[in-house]
Amino acid sequence: MLGVLGELLLTAGVLVFLFLFWQLFWNDWVVRGEQNDRGSQISREWDDQASDAGHDDPIIPEQPDDGEVFAQLRVPRFGEDYVSQIAGGVSKAVTLDPIGLGHYPDTQMPGEDGNFAIAGHRNTHGAPLNKVAELQPGDAIVVETKDGWFTYRYRNTEYVQPSQVDVIAAVPGHPDEDPVDSVITLTSCNPFMSTAERIISYGVLESWTPRADGPPAALTDGVEG
Amino acid sequence: MYGALWRSLPGPAWVRVILVLIIVAAVVAALFTWVFPWVQELVDTQDVTVGGTT
Repeated sequence: MLGVLGELLLTAGVLVFLFLFWQLFWNDWVVRGEQNDRGSQISREWDDQASDAGHDDPIIPEQPDDGEVFAQLRVPRFGEDYVSQIAGGVSKAVTLDPIGLGHYPDTQMPGEDGNFAIAGHRNTHGAPLNKVAELQPGDAIVVETKDGWFTYRYRNTEYVQPSQVDVIAAVPGHPDEDPVDSVITLTSCNPFMSTAERIISYGVLESWTPRADGPPAALTDGVEG
Repeated sequence: MYGALWRSLPGPAWVRVILVLIIVAAVVAALFTWVFPWVQELVDTQDVTVGGTT
């Protein structure tokens, strides 16, 4: 009888470790690969639809519906083949878990004056913002749409309470001011595997590249340092 | 428990080893596909947004 109990306890221990392995490694590797593959496919489709439009002014995407993929994030610092889909809304059920990154519905779109604010997992579900704390000032954060690429340059990171919503204001931290710059804000959880705080990373829009011109140098040159 | 399982498998030892490997692989696949995603919902530690709306 005691032998059976021991075997059950051993089995339970193995299951716990197996779950950790699944959550921390398997889940992220497999889903990360799926998101990267899907990203390459979406880029090819957008290449096929490319027109000569957008040479003068950036084409600002329309506000997306919940769960509608309208852009992709490419960050050379996160890996050469890294690409994550961005869809409307920040609910886990519709956007963050099945798709990847979500756009805060009341924030601006890329290219507009104001704040393009997106959220994503730092662990599990492909962990699109897993390496967000490794960004270094000047790193390229590129938002790819069907019409071209918005290249942002990473500026700084802050750690805030989950209730601090002014980080996604049009002027981050100053909800009463009118925007003059285009910025991007990435929000994720901090520390890893925790709900205690949020890690907030900012970038400033540097340039627009229409799709007809091919990917911007920020993507083709790789990372420095 | 596992001793009884081992004895209930047919064939010589090498056949039983292969059967055990197949059973373990099937159990792990079932855990990864159905059980663990369900467990994760219960122990969710993944709030990534500000404002707490999700």
